[in-house]
Amino acid sequence: MIAFDFKYIKPTTAKEASKLFLNAKQKGNKAMFYSGGTEIITLARVNQLQTDMVIDIKGIPECNVLEIRGNELVIGSTVSLNDIAKSKLFPLLGDTVQRIADHTSRNKITIGGNLNSELIYKEGILPLLVADAKVKLAKGLEQRIVSLESIFKKQLELETGEFLVQIIVDKSYLDHPHMAKKRTKISKVGYPVVSVAALVKECQIQIAFSGVCQYPFRSFKLESVLNDTKVPVMERIGTAMQHLPEDVVDDIQGTKAYRTFVLRNVLKDILEELELTK
Amino acid sequence: MTNKVFTTVGKPEQRIDAVEKSTGKVRYVGDYSVPGLMHAKLVTSTQAHAKITSIDTTEAWKVPGVRAIVTGEVFPYHIGPILADRPPLAFEKVRYYGEPVAIIVADHEYQAKLATTKVKVEYDPLPIVNSVQQAFQADAPLVHENAGSYTKIISNVYPKTGTNIGSHIKIRKGNFEDEWENCEETITANYSFNLSDHVALETRSTRVEINPRGKVIVHSCSQSPFTIKKVLNQFFNVEVGNVLVHIPMIGGAFGGKGTVQLEPLAYLASKSVGGKLVKLEMDREEDMITSPCRVGLDATVQLGATKEGKLVAGKYTYLLDSGAYTDQAAGITRAAAIDCTGPYDIPNVWCDSYCVYTNHPFATSFRGYGHPELTFAVERTMDQLAKQLQIDPIQLRIINGIKPGHTTPTQTVLTANNIGDIEKCINRAKELIQWDEGQKMVSGKNKVRSKGISMFWKTSTTATNAEAGAILTFEADGSVNLNCAAIELGQGTKTILGQILAEKLGMGMDKIHVTMETNTQYDPHQWRTVASSSTFLAGRAVIAAADHAITQLKKTAATVLKCSPDDLDIGGGKVYLKPDPAFGVDIKEIALGYTYPSGHSIDGQVVGIGKHIQRHLTPMDEETGFGKPGPWWSVGVQAVEVEMDTRDFTYTILKGVTVLDGGTIINPKTAQQQMRGGMYMGLSYATSEKFIFDEHGVVQNTGLRNYPMLRYGEQPAQYLVDFIESPAADGPFGARGIGEYGVIGAPACLANSLSYALDVALNQLPLTPESIWEASRGSEE
Amino acid sequence: MNSLSKTSKQLIQLHVNGETHDAVVRSADTLLIALREQLGLTGAKRGCENGDCGACSVLINGKPSHSCLSLAVEVIDQPITTIEGLMDSPVSKAFVDNWAIQCGYCTPGFIVNCHSLITTHPDANDELIEEWLQSNICRCTGYEEIREAVHTLLASGQTENE
Repeated sequence: MIAFDFKYIKPTTAKEASKLFLNAKQKGNKAMFYSGGTEIITLARVNQLQTDMVIDIKGIPECNVLEIRGNELVIGSTVSLNDIAKSKLFPLLGDTVQRIADHTSRNKITIGGNLNSELIYKEGILPLLVADAKVKLAKGLEQRIVSLESIFKKQLELETGEFLVQIIVDKSYLDHPHMAKKRTKISKVGYPVVSVAALVKECQIQIAFSGVCQYPFRSFKLESVLNDTKVPVMERIGTAMQHLPEDVVDDIQGTKAYRTFVLRNVLKDILEELELTK
Repeated sequence: MTNKVFTTVGKPEQRIDAVEKSTGKVRYVGDYSVPGLMHAKLVTSTQAHAKITSIDTTEAWKVPGVRAIVTGEVFPYHIGPILADRPPLAFEKVRYYGEPVAIIVADHEYQAKLATTKVKVEYDPLPIVNSVQQAFQADAPLVHENAGSYTKIISNVYPKTGTNIGSHIKIRKGNFEDEWENCEETITANYSFNLSDHVALETRSTRVEINPRGKVIVHSCSQSPFTIKKVLNQFFNVEVGNVLVHIPMIGGAFGGKGTVQLEPLAYLASKSVGGKLVKLEMDREEDMITSPCRVGLDATVQLGATKEGKLVAGKYTYLLDSGAYTDQAAGITRAAAIDCTGPYDIPNVWCDSYCVYTNHPFATSFRGYGHPELTFAVERTMDQLAKQLQIDPIQLRIINGIKPGHTTPTQTVLTANNIGDIEKCINRAKELIQWDEGQKMVSGKNKVRSKGISMFWKTSTTATNAEAGAILTFEADGSVNLNCAAIELGQGTKTILGQILAEKLGMGMDKIHVTMETNTQYDPHQWRTVASSSTFLAGRAVIAAADHAITQLKKTAATVLKCSPDDLDIGGGKVYLKPDPAFGVDIKEIALGYTYPSGHSIDGQVVGIGKHIQRHLTPMDEETGFGKPGPWWSVGVQAVEVEMDTRDFTYTILKGVTVLDGGTIINPKTAQQQMRGGMYMGLSYATSEKFIFDEHGVVQNTGLRNYPMLRYGEQPAQYLVDFIESPAADGPFGARGIGEYGVIGAPACLANSLSYALDVALNQLPLTPESIWEASRGSEE
Repeated sequence: MNSLSKTSKQLIQLHVNGETHDAVVRSADTLLIALREQLGLTGAKRGCENGDCGACSVLINGKPSHSCLSLAVEVIDQPITTIEGLMDSPVSKAFVDNWAIQCGYCTPGFIVNCHSLITTHPDANDELIEEWLQSNICRCTGYEEIREAVHTLLASGQTENE
């Protein structure tokens, strides 16, 4: 049970949503955009989150899109993880999001919510990073389309009052050879010890990681090391471990040493399998 | 008795609660609501060990709807089931993270919860006792300054002031010290694991009101309704007769609902608002941390044997992490000593079982009452000894298996009636796990399959005066109501008792109406629904009640039929003449007394009463442990086959086997449910469950999100269960208890199979891929 | 746009089991709380209120959902089915017949989820069954009898309400 009260509003346009947010802020109130809402509800219940207002963006038609438009796959931010997986439009994304939380929760968790999660994992972003995805953002009357990479610095860096409307993926990425691997502490339902999504584009492996560091990441430096096929696989992996953007996570899901062990195994499997597809 | 062909006993009669449960219509205690019901929420400690310097409730009082705030000074006394060492609400200091510090009572739950966030508690931190090893050190901080001064509620608890020892139980049988020196082969090994939780799907919940006549009316999901009465009497001075306890069906308990924690808090809450009806329901996080959990253990086992593998001497040191209070951990300490050897005949036994205070959440009974824990230590040692002796692990177990004529560690003499046949169990398990096909084989790249086995035993350590009663009332249609205070927790006890009655009366189950709820005002006293004791105690009471009813039926029928009661028998809804079963009277004609055509009536309603109390049980001698702690020992064997990935240490459980000798099996399907469910619970515990503490003693995984349990599909792909039925002469139709047993050997056989797969001793739980990887690394270095 | 003020309770309509019901809720009340406390539909259980155990499962638009992870005000325009609306589901009978019930507390959530599974995927394979049913925790049975119940149903082809 959530102990504190907040106002719930469900606007039907992006403009209105943004305005509600900014108005609330002007009055000194805290507002949050609400998509699937699962994280807001669970954190609010344990008093780890406070808000005066939630703005449910599921009523905004643009946010509910899931279709191929011309050369692009357009995914609305409020599309549920199960709907993405079921559509089979982007198999790597489907494989990845299908391992987030549990099946029932995935009917509620949305891709936008996952990308904006307060947790360190945000696994839904991995396939989008390796597919050089773009995002459409809305703020007031303004909408902008930018590369995901340009605004994802450990987390989505949005302007105040701005929110994620859509994710856009170039169609050419949808059927590249790919692989998603997730290792948990033990049960299939659980946070990742290591989660990786990778695809092969023009004989090069593009790869992104979750659970390894305090935020999901894709590193070009690391990719160049892993793609250096002149070097034996295990040696490449050894070098890659030195190019992680920061220290490996050490927490109750797994120690630093164990995560490193798991990551090595996962990388070996991915390299061996994806290199066969080149 | 055993030659008789039963009509209901031994048959898979459908559970009498299943249809109702499948519709979602069963009302558990938390499902009840009524306008005016008030809600209590707890303020809990954010520190594991600290002095409370102040509690400021000013802001909390400002929350609308708040009607009362109760803090520890309202009741600055200690309570407890064995040793009274726990204040229901902390006062002066807190001893674990999550300990109740204050109760807020408000009109609505959200108001009470909001107010809990506004109570400001100031703490002065104290040094933390964060493990049993640390607790045992001479200069360790003290969790309780005066443990020795607490009131003992039952005998066999020995706290020591100036230490963190809440109790110390000794077993001294034979002459361990001399014999150990002479052993040809010896082994010493250490085992450990953290506290963990029951995670019954229904969190603990209660509601209490005090009516104007001073009656305290309690509704709760408790395994111990009569203990609630006792506690409110003993510690709160309410007359026993003025406490009325109602228990509906319970959403899982596993021992965790056996102790009394919420009811006194809700009583204080109700009292603070003039006796109004107050509900106190735990959130999942509170249910795991604030309410009692499962013990942790550090065990050292020493076994000495001949070259041929005959055990000569065994020494067992069990340090049970009871957390901040002894609660049932003091009893578990005793139970672990009683059965310390596992089901083996060892002439020279030395055991020191300690209940150790730490600044962890406090522990209470958990399915198996210390036995899954001690069995893990004993059975891992047996496997390691077998390896050392180069004897097949099953052979070593058969050589040493305990039998009638042997004595237990407390020197109880075993007979064909008070213990099952462990050798038959292991031979059957051996077949089911296909042991002879090999204990280990390569099954693919980086894959091995391996098998592990464990034997186990357990007695039912009830109070020496544990009892149960049953009342039967006959309906006008000849059907029968069965009232008994055994609680339905999901284990199927109400169905079993119904079957026992149906068998005695020769009736179909459709003619037996078992009251699913318990009401202490109508139901005869039953000790508690714990310790796998209900089939035995309540079953015997039902048989006695049926005999009582049969006597009445025969007496009335004899008058009607103009014969002697000795000429009559009962069955098929009739009382009939033995030599001519066609000649008789329908029970419905005499159920409410018999009325002659003239209108004259005789005898009145048939009301059967019956009871059964344990006999010849004794407490244990303080120095040697000598005594008779339980009525019988059920024994069994469990085995698993796993497939292990030797590269990343992930594994799947391919097959689980449980063979139990629980005497006559009253219902093979509910018995199978208990064995499978128990084994699942043991495997889940062994694979993944434990509380994780930081250096401040703060639990890091307080909810289910970070407390992994086996989910659907992670259970053994094959789940085989079989029973050996060596009847117990004094059990109902030859039955012993079985409820807890499925859990007991599971952690041990899993650890044995995984250890064998990798040839690495895995002596800590849980067995996550990470912990196995750690152990393998250690063995390489 | 539907707007509800911050502190006062609001009258909403919920479409549950084919009927429209009034409910007075706070915006912060989850669907679980509204079903239980306003509509008296207590078949959905409060197991964890965190989306981890599945005991509160209901169908929203036919899809299994943790009712603890939706706000009541969020689902006012969507059809909701609770265990009380599945009285004749063959799943219930299969759970009884296959001994898949012990304490019964997780049972409504399992039945609701299984009902959606077998109606959406009458040809579900083991992998799909596992994916769906991993959303629910049962602490009593060890899942084997539940597995048998689902397999029996799928094998019988009895996957629609008769």
